[in-house]
Amino acid sequence: MAEHISSKKTYIIIWITLLCFTVITAAVSRIDLGQFSGAVALIIATIKAMLVVLFFMHVKYISEKMTLVVIIAGFFWLMILLVLSMTDYASRAWT
Amino acid sequence: MAEREVELVVEGHPPGLQHHFSDLEQQREASTMGMWVFLITEVMFFGGMFLAYLVYRSMYYQAWVVGSEAMDFWFGTANTAILICSSLTMALAVRASQLGHRRALVILLIVTMVFGIAFMTVKGVEYHGHWLKHEFPGPSFHFEGPYEQQVEMFFSLYWAMTGFHTLHVLIGIIIIGFVAYYGWRGEYTPAHHNTVENVGLYWHFVDTVWIYLYPLLYLISHSHPYK
Repeated sequence: MAEHISSKKTYIIIWITLLCFTVITAAVSRIDLGQFSGAVALIIATIKAMLVVLFFMHVKYISEKMTLVVIIAGFFWLMILLVLSMTDYASRAWT
Repeated sequence: MAEREVELVVEGHPPGLQHHFSDLEQQREASTMGMWVFLITEVMFFGGMFLAYLVYRSMYYQAWVVGSEAMDFWFGTANTAILICSSLTMALAVRASQLGHRRALVILLIVTMVFGIAFMTVKGVEYHGHWLKHEFPGPSFHFEGPYEQQVEMFFSLYWAMTGFHTLHVLIGIIIIGFVAYYGWRGEYTPAHHNTVENVGLYWHFVDTVWIYLYPLLYLISHSHPYK
């Protein structure tokens, strides 16, 4: 069986890291970062999401490479949706 | 023809192996990939609503600040912590199924369900509060504050996104319940436990959606003094 089995310690460390980042994102939201508030919040959320995806969902240890292609394709699709749509709106010079 | 029959008898057939796979390992990998294909359809499902949220946020930012401040910060933060804890117990449950620890598997799955129910309870209390304050879009919507119409749009997205998310949590709880029952009956072995892994993938995905919903809905510009 080629499946990777993570240790309980690994999961506990990731769990505590996720909780810490939650505290950080909540605390940082109380600071006025002006135009960067949204970006900082999303960056922290992405770090948390990456931890869940890589460690809890075992993507770091996936044996079948085609599955990785599926995952990356999904992420790529989402980027096309968000980036192309938002730049469309952002480039409308309506007065 | 007779040769093949003899081969099958000699080889034996691992329990749970379907004929179109050559071995359990290949079956497991295919099953995991299939689950990920489903999850990317879920990304599409939620992605559309996230896009709508982002478009309107860029157009009505001040109303988004006002709407976010109408959210209950502590309920949102508590729910984020609850789901993160549930992801831990879910990951440990999958690990238990990998190792054949039947009792640990069932207990961890039940604890995951309890966290899920806790999440839904908090959402229920929140929704009830919003409902009483007329913060549900439609003819009964009323908001004391600036940008009322745009805040109604914020609430539309809040109810739709968290509503669908909560529905996904509920479906997850039910499925975990079934898996816990089958696990208790001893149907998962270290060689064949991919159902548990796939349910884990679903649950972690639901957690990931909330990881994004939390800052986008609850944490917009809380640096304003009157909150």
